[in-house]
Amino acid sequence: MATMQVEVVSPERMLFSGEATQVITRTLGGGEIAFLPGHAPFLGALVENHTRITLADGAVLDLAVHGGFVQVSGTTVSILSDQAELAEQIDRQRAMAARDRAEEILRREHDAEASAALARAHARLNATGGLGTAAGAH
Amino acid sequence: MAGGQERILRGRIRTVQATKKITRAMELIAASRIVKAQQRVAAAVPYSEQITEVVKDLAAAGGASQSPLLAGRDVVKTTAYVVITADRGLCGGYNAGVQRAAEGEIKAGVLNGADYSIIAIGRKAEGYFRFRGYRIGATFAGFSDNPTYAHAKEIGQHVMDLYVRGEVDRVELVYTRFISAGSQEVVQRPLVPLDRATVAGGDGKGVDAAGVAADFEFEPDPGTILDTLLPRYVEARIYAALLNAAASEHAFRQRAMKSATDNAEELIKSLSRIMNRARQDSITTEIMEIVGGAEALGGDAKKVRYVELGPLSNDGFDGYLDIRPASALAATAVGVLEPDDIEEILGIGPVIGAHLREQGVTTFAQIAAWTPEDAARIGDEIDFPGRVEREEWIEQARRLQADKYGN
Repeated sequence: MATMQVEVVSPERMLFSGEATQVITRTLGGGEIAFLPGHAPFLGALVENHTRITLADGAVLDLAVHGGFVQVSGTTVSILSDQAELAEQIDRQRAMAARDRAEEILRREHDAEASAALARAHARLNATGGLGTAAGAH
Repeated sequence: MAGGQERILRGRIRTVQATKKITRAMELIAASRIVKAQQRVAAAVPYSEQITEVVKDLAAAGGASQSPLLAGRDVVKTTAYVVITADRGLCGGYNAGVQRAAEGEIKAGVLNGADYSIIAIGRKAEGYFRFRGYRIGATFAGFSDNPTYAHAKEIGQHVMDLYVRGEVDRVELVYTRFISAGSQEVVQRPLVPLDRATVAGGDGKGVDAAGVAADFEFEPDPGTILDTLLPRYVEARIYAALLNAAASEHAFRQRAMKSATDNAEELIKSLSRIMNRARQDSITTEIMEIVGGAEALGGDAKKVRYVELGPLSNDGFDGYLDIRPASALAATAVGVLEPDDIEEILGIGPVIGAHLREQGVTTFAQIAAWTPEDAARIGDEIDFPGRVEREEWIEQARRLQADKYGN
């Protein structure tokens, strides 16, 4: 099966680099998009999202990507992000607490910072197995 | 006096040794941090390379961005200088180099009627410019030896705000680029506005466009992507500069502390030499004083010596007598008795008599007091071994002594 080189790069280090067969992420205004090997050259800005990378051996790598860019050229998919976390690095309890806090604030007033925090928390929770059952309506 | 000087020198040596311990520790710490800092510089390269590539792709695609960061000003009135130095000193010429470069630029600009704004990164830059009466726009400090991306982001946000609000028309980065552990250089790089040349520069290795930019799909449109990308790009540039500066700082500190340690060693060596000389001088002086004092006391001292040395010669301390035979023998009588005509002793002629007198032997009593060892030694000295005993000088001397003085 054809594979492509996938790199997830943050300013401080290379987060992930390896062979994969599929990458699913979410672009600004475009919704979720999946890349398979041989995808046409592509450049997109990303929103907070749960990115899934299907590795060559079939395993799926979950990441929370907090904004950034995706570039596809030739056989390489690069995800550039200020802040990206592998699922195993995410503290789910903390993300839940952050979400509850942000929702609490948003119920009272519209606050840009709180919405951003909520988006980040959602990305983290999605990457670690869904939004969960904690209180709070979406 | 000499003793006091010695004590002072000992104190100074201790001080230098304590300083040396500190500088040595700092040298080792800096050396280990260089490696880490270097790794961080290397770890930041992929992002910086890729973001440059993306910007290039966008530019090639004709991404018509309205981003103010790309729009240069026709008239550059105010230039902001982001001066990256350390928070601490003790790193040789590291801070001075950056400060001098920035100050030179500012002065040149002022001469041409331009205004400036200083964004001081690191306490040293702030202190330097504040002391010299420059206006400081903003200060970011406390992370010079271990910057994170969040710091770069904060600085970037501030700089871009200034530019977008029109408070400054140009932003320049002044920092120390880390080439290798042995070589760093102060550089000045334009940061904002971004132009094609700026994009190609930077500390990431220039990525040469291998193929002509393919027909990219964009989502959303290139302009919007570029708008969100450019701030990231500025931040990445600042981050790279911060990392370079941190690595350079450690390299400078390591070198400075190494030479400080070497100097301390030199100083300890020369101070010890001076101290040893002072100590020897004081010992010599002491001996001279004792000897001089004894001599000055004259006859009294000699009488005392007679009492002390008498038993020694009788007990047959040959070794002692061999060292100073003349004075030992002389001391047994000189000043106590008048000289006798020792040539009355059969066997002692003018030649041997003169020899004995040279040694201070001038009386019968002295000869009478000789031990067998003395007799043997004198025999050897006059080249007639056994002659003293054969001719019974000692017995003759006793007789003559008894004849002359009675008893």
